[in-house]
Amino acid sequence: MRKRKLTDWGLKGWLYLLPAILFLGFFMVYPLLDVFIYSFEEGYNSASQTYYGVGWYNYSYILHDPYFLQAVKNTFILVMITVPLSTGIALLISVALSSIKTLRELFQTIYFLPYVTNTLAVGLVFMILFQKTAYTDGLVNLFINWFGGSSVDFIDGPYSAKMFVLCFYTIWVVMPFKILILTSALSSVNQVYYNAARVDGTSKIRTFMRITLPMISPMIFYLVITGFIGAFKAYSDAVALFGTNLNAAEMNTIVGYVYDMLYGDSGGYPSYASAAAIILFSIVLTITCINLLMSQKKVHY
Amino acid sequence: MTDYGEIEKRAKTRKTALNTITYILLVFWAVIVLFPFYWMILTSVKSYSAYNSEYIPAFFTLSPTLQNYADAFTAVPLGRYFANTVIFTVVTTAIMLVVITLAAFAIARLDFRGKNIAFVIFLSLMMIPNELVIITNFVTVTNLDMRNTFPGLILPSVTSVFYIYLLKENFEQIPDSLYYAAKVDGTSDLKYLLRVMIPISKPTLITITILKVIECWNSYVWPRLITDDENYFLVSNGIQEIRENGFGRENIPAMMAAVVVISLPLIILFLIFRKKAMAGVSRGGTKG
Amino acid sequence: MEVILRNLTKRFPSRDRKKREDVIAVDDFNFQIPDGRLIGLLGPSGCGKSTTLNLISGLLKPTSGRIFFGEDDVTDLPPENRGIGLVFQNYALYPHLTVRQNILFPLQNLKGKDKLSKSEMLSKANEAAKLVQIDDLMDRKPAELSGGQQQRVAIARALVKMPRVLLLDEPLSNLDARLRLQTREEIRRIQRKTGITTIFVTHDQEEAMSISDMIVVMKDGVVQQIGKPQEVYDNPENMFVARFLGTPPINLFVGQVKDNQLYIGKDAVLRLKGIGNQEVLVGIRPEGFILQEDGPLCCTLSGVEVMGRDTSVVSQNEASLNQTIRAIVGTEHLVMETKVRFALKPHKVFLFNRETEKRIDFEVEA
Repeated sequence: MRKRKLTDWGLKGWLYLLPAILFLGFFMVYPLLDVFIYSFEEGYNSASQTYYGVGWYNYSYILHDPYFLQAVKNTFILVMITVPLSTGIALLISVALSSIKTLRELFQTIYFLPYVTNTLAVGLVFMILFQKTAYTDGLVNLFINWFGGSSVDFIDGPYSAKMFVLCFYTIWVVMPFKILILTSALSSVNQVYYNAARVDGTSKIRTFMRITLPMISPMIFYLVITGFIGAFKAYSDAVALFGTNLNAAEMNTIVGYVYDMLYGDSGGYPSYASAAAIILFSIVLTITCINLLMSQKKVHY
Repeated sequence: MTDYGEIEKRAKTRKTALNTITYILLVFWAVIVLFPFYWMILTSVKSYSAYNSEYIPAFFTLSPTLQNYADAFTAVPLGRYFANTVIFTVVTTAIMLVVITLAAFAIARLDFRGKNIAFVIFLSLMMIPNELVIITNFVTVTNLDMRNTFPGLILPSVTSVFYIYLLKENFEQIPDSLYYAAKVDGTSDLKYLLRVMIPISKPTLITITILKVIECWNSYVWPRLITDDENYFLVSNGIQEIRENGFGRENIPAMMAAVVVISLPLIILFLIFRKKAMAGVSRGGTKG
Repeated sequence: MEVILRNLTKRFPSRDRKKREDVIAVDDFNFQIPDGRLIGLLGPSGCGKSTTLNLISGLLKPTSGRIFFGEDDVTDLPPENRGIGLVFQNYALYPHLTVRQNILFPLQNLKGKDKLSKSEMLSKANEAAKLVQIDDLMDRKPAELSGGQQQRVAIARALVKMPRVLLLDEPLSNLDARLRLQTREEIRRIQRKTGITTIFVTHDQEEAMSISDMIVVMKDGVVQQIGKPQEVYDNPENMFVARFLGTPPINLFVGQVKDNQLYIGKDAVLRLKGIGNQEVLVGIRPEGFILQEDGPLCCTLSGVEVMGRDTSVVSQNEASLNQTIRAIVGTEHLVMETKVRFALKPHKVFLFNRETEKRIDFEVEA
């Protein structure tokens, strides 16, 4: 033991740890076990706290629920579009940001703003910008009209338009974190490698592809993994844009489905909610594992 | 013979072109980020009638009005949402700081049986997503009759394994010799924690506080599940309520005024603690 | 390739905002480096030697002055068009690439008519690797190599495109003592074999003296002296150069010239010619002392250190500017007493002006 033993039983240590253990035990460990139990209790009634049987019925129910399938589809589309796009754009912006000196801090501050804003509140602004109502076509449609297009209702209109807004807003929200991480990754690449490359007459693009990218690849993979996890858990962005009745808007996400099952007009089914949550996390876990395996082949450290 | 003048000139032209593209890109993204903020402020000072008569939205207004802000506080209980959120944020953050400081101190500094096992369990809890445990917590809080109460809102989010970990790492960097010196002087563990470790770890504690405040201010899911009485709504739920039942769906300027009021505190806080907030987020914050 | 530096000056804006004055890193540097030589840029840290190297490489732009490679004025050329090879102090090997990929890297950048085929590149890389004797390590990553091996890879990478000028920034500073000795011979050998004009920067005078054809001693951005190592050692132009070169360092005394006699304290140590009466500083190389029972310079003995073939007599004298005087002598006459007396070898004695610290010439009266 590195440190001297102070009391024989170490009661004091446990005493300091006690509040954390109580809270974590009650609100994390117990619920974690319980959610699995719920997911197998068939026909659980939250009012009487009774159920008739144990089995896979809850899973089979939600897997046949068109709302759940819609939510899975939406979530996958959202993930597949926003993760690569936001990482790519963030990389582009970070590289640009790293190559300038004047106004750099100002840009960095501006880019960080979405991080500190309330997702629900700013989502409302996006809704107004994109929405087409009886009174106005909205600002975005104004631009579309300028370029000769015809107005689209992005909020209550066609599926692809709604998905576009959702992706756009999601990217807007996740960008600050990615830009921040990538700019600090870029600045941690030792200048001496760039000098070496310059002396050898390496073109800018080649320097970026062969030196910068490999050196920041661990951070890019970190962002991809956290990006996947975050996007799979998307919910409040969708609520902000389309309101709480996401099923009606065809814009529900898996997490949204979990909450709807739990509470609200269609709520009161914690068993279905649990099964859906467990399915979600099996998906996230699988994809994270695949990512990690891939990263071991591609990342250079 | 190489023409050095030519090479030099070409290099210069290329550099200027690249620089221009860089700045165009940066300005473009800055506009995308800032425009929603501009639009919400602009709309919030347009009068109701002016806004609704603009079929083509105007990019500025010549007759700004603060009427919408008055409406936002009178027509809906924005002041109450605001006060609730402040209480929720302050109390949650304060309790959390106490809990995680004690836990981090125990793990970093004290010796007791089973410490390593406790720490491993703590670490593995870091991987548990909130969405998985929220279901049971909802049922638990409902069964305890704590819906629409502050304890019900606050208690589930007063511990964070990640912050305990962050703080423990920081505590461990304080040299052991300081602790032994304090022991020799007869300082108690608690006093040592308060007088030495906390002051030394202040930067980390501030970082954690900032991150937690942002998280609390913007939290939506748990408050939505646990409150349906608008006396207990937080700003996020309030905004949703305003949108769906508030001023009537069409009073957009008043909604925007509410949005401005809700967004402002965090933006001001961020501008004050800009460096600390950004450093903190890059050390360990993902949104959501 | 001949390298000519003409009035080369580099100023940096001062970091201290209160002081308006710029920091002059390199001040009016003039030097014509002959083709195919190994040149050591030598000086204490902050003397401007690395800045000079970076000016030659093109990583920095001079404030004024010109740089020529042979006939070509390269002052405004970016580094990639200068045809230089640069070895960085910590080697700057790309950690994610193997040794072979690292060496190939500069070749893959060639464009247009200089473009090489894959097999040409590989053979060039192998050639360079063979030259620095790392051809058996080609598939390793830099992290799997020792410091000395990394150094060789860095040199191979710099040499592979046959640069007109090879620049080395503190090439030995990251190596341990034994490896340093070995590697500096290696650099000498490679330079001889390729015949590329090579400039290297170091703060270690022994390193510079041992392998350079010429050395440039710098201090505070100003060139103090340029010449062949032995010439500079034997004829330092000022006190700084005399002190900077040689281990153990030169012994300094306060002295006086009076009536064609050089006095150290009260001892008249040498008879001189052609020099007026004045206060001077006297520098005596450690090997300039001869133990002699009736020698003119009297010192208090504090010890004798025998290190291998050298015996140094450590002593003290009131007029000495160093804490102790070190004299390296033959082992024959070793009598332990409280006082030692030395005679001096006149060509190992230098006089300096007390104010300007410039060397004062004198002749010895036979």
